[in-house]
Amino acid sequence: MKKILALAMMMVTILTLTACGGSSSGSESKDRVVNVCSWGEYIDEDLIYQFEDETGIKVNYQTAESNEALYSLLKTGAGDYDVIVPSDYMIGRLIAEGMLAELNYDNIPNYALIDARYKGLSYDPDNKYTVPYTWGTLGIIYNTTMVDEEITSWDAMFDEKYAGQVLMIRNSRDALAAALLDLGYDINTTDEAQIREAYELLADAKSKGVYQSFVMDEIFGKMEGGNAAIAMYYAGDYLTMLENNEDLAYVVPEEGSNWFVDAMCVLKNAQHKEEAEAWINFIAGTDANLANMDYIWYASPNAEALEQYPAYYEETYGEELDQETFGIMAAPADVLDRCTLYENLPAETLTLYNDLWTELGI
Amino acid sequence: MRNKLPLLSVPYVVWMALFVVAPIIMVVIYAFSSAAGGFTLANFARMGTYTVVFTRSFKLALIATVICLLIGYPVSYMMSKEGPRFQRIAMVLIMLPMWMNFLLRTYSWMSILENNGLLNQLFQKIGLITLYNNVFGTDLAFFRMINTQGAVVLGMVYNYLPFMILPIYSVIVKLDDSLIEAARDLGASTFNVFRRVILPLSLPGVLSGITMVFVPSVSTFAISKMLGGGTEMLLGDLIEQQFLGGAYNPQLGAAISLVMMVIVVVCMWIMNRFGEGEEQAVMM
Repeated sequence: MKKILALAMMMVTILTLTACGGSSSGSESKDRVVNVCSWGEYIDEDLIYQFEDETGIKVNYQTAESNEALYSLLKTGAGDYDVIVPSDYMIGRLIAEGMLAELNYDNIPNYALIDARYKGLSYDPDNKYTVPYTWGTLGIIYNTTMVDEEITSWDAMFDEKYAGQVLMIRNSRDALAAALLDLGYDINTTDEAQIREAYELLADAKSKGVYQSFVMDEIFGKMEGGNAAIAMYYAGDYLTMLENNEDLAYVVPEEGSNWFVDAMCVLKNAQHKEEAEAWINFIAGTDANLANMDYIWYASPNAEALEQYPAYYEETYGEELDQETFGIMAAPADVLDRCTLYENLPAETLTLYNDLWTELGI
Repeated sequence: MRNKLPLLSVPYVVWMALFVVAPIIMVVIYAFSSAAGGFTLANFARMGTYTVVFTRSFKLALIATVICLLIGYPVSYMMSKEGPRFQRIAMVLIMLPMWMNFLLRTYSWMSILENNGLLNQLFQKIGLITLYNNVFGTDLAFFRMINTQGAVVLGMVYNYLPFMILPIYSVIVKLDDSLIEAARDLGASTFNVFRRVILPLSLPGVLSGITMVFVPSVSTFAISKMLGGGTEMLLGDLIEQQFLGGAYNPQLGAAISLVMMVIVVVCMWIMNRFGEGEEQAVMM
């Protein structure tokens, strides 16, 4: 009797294991699925249900913390995704490492709606792999009740005067970019001396206690609750914070900054390429872009949607969209002129970034 | 007859092999390989740089373990002396926080300890901050609680305290009362009964409690990230950063994990030896 029981238990164990293995590959199942990995607070979730209703394709929506975290997930094989939404420089790296699949734009007619300004950029010069999702700027967010002056320079992120009140971003590329910009260097520099100098600036500020903490998504609670005075983050997220704390201000510093494009890509080993392209086409559409823009406050690369947004806002909320808000969301040409897109860095510079970032943490 | 037990243990053996032994082997392989795939010791050569992180992690985990023991032992002892009804209720209260997700609980601590958080607002309301400023002549707007080592230790104690209480309690509650009566009959004072009888007999519970608090504390990364603010990195953060964070270097991450595991195993081994010695000494 006990033997039978033991055998039964073994069978159950084996069955569960094989069942787990089967469902994750999922290619043989008849249900149509698409696995999407994006950032936190980065989509109007109604769009997911809408897409599922319209197409019958089930969406598994997951999030990663940063481009670097996403890269690790892909490299370790922990993430089994079809569509990802990395930023420009990471796309460049993924393309260089042969991890992305070329898209069949015949399945993505809405690609035509994307403004030419967001096509043919350095990370995907021939427009073979990507469909832009959002774009925006990186800047300084500060609480006007806690800071007496008007902040205009990256100096604020390293100033001892604000010791214990500054939130530094927990992402090597952005953190070092702030330091590079403050020193007057190019954010895409590969000059080791310049990068080390930028690191010294960061490390020095850290040792002087300037940084209250290093944050990514935790920034929302900390800035909204008035727990910190100054932080650096993305324009769209600033507008989300502004909804909960109207004392916050945003500035793209005078030294210039980074402007970024996050774009949808399909992985080379994607199991559901067709479904992935259906999803990308749906998200690139004008209606989806309007809903998304309204929800996440990041500017849309869809020319039609960006143009219609002020009217859409007025219709939805019964009041006019503040021009200043719109200007932060979709930075005007004069601001964009002083911003640079990140480029993929060569392997040795990336290693240097990684080593310096680990060293900073110690 | 004799092969019944081995057969019954097959599911667990399979489980162990797949999810415990195989990952450890992979960690070892990774730790000794370079990014290109060849054998190397370079990952360990860099370990000296991280001594600060190692000492900081072990120090904080040790403090948290001692606090858990200081709180946990008396609680378990008192509990076991009460009636069954009290014990049931106390047990539910101890377990209650664990029904909630660990990350959520730690997030809540974040909003409690923030500079402008619940506690500071309370202190403000009852005038504690003003009082402190008047007494010490300082000019504080808030007490700095979050992003300190204290907050990290608090997070560890809060999250892992049940793991100290439960094993100690389950050992003490099963103690044979006749042993205590015998000690009394032989003229031992209350203190001596505790020191010579109850404490040694409850030692196995204490040892497993220490293990269950110390090991997760030393390797935690979520607590230090949220409550420590990432300005003072712990081992867990350092390892996480190599796998999932800003610096992708799984080989180095595996090497750090391996060194940490070895140190933890050595610590546990020494502690258990010490524990055994204690028990035998008392028995003699």
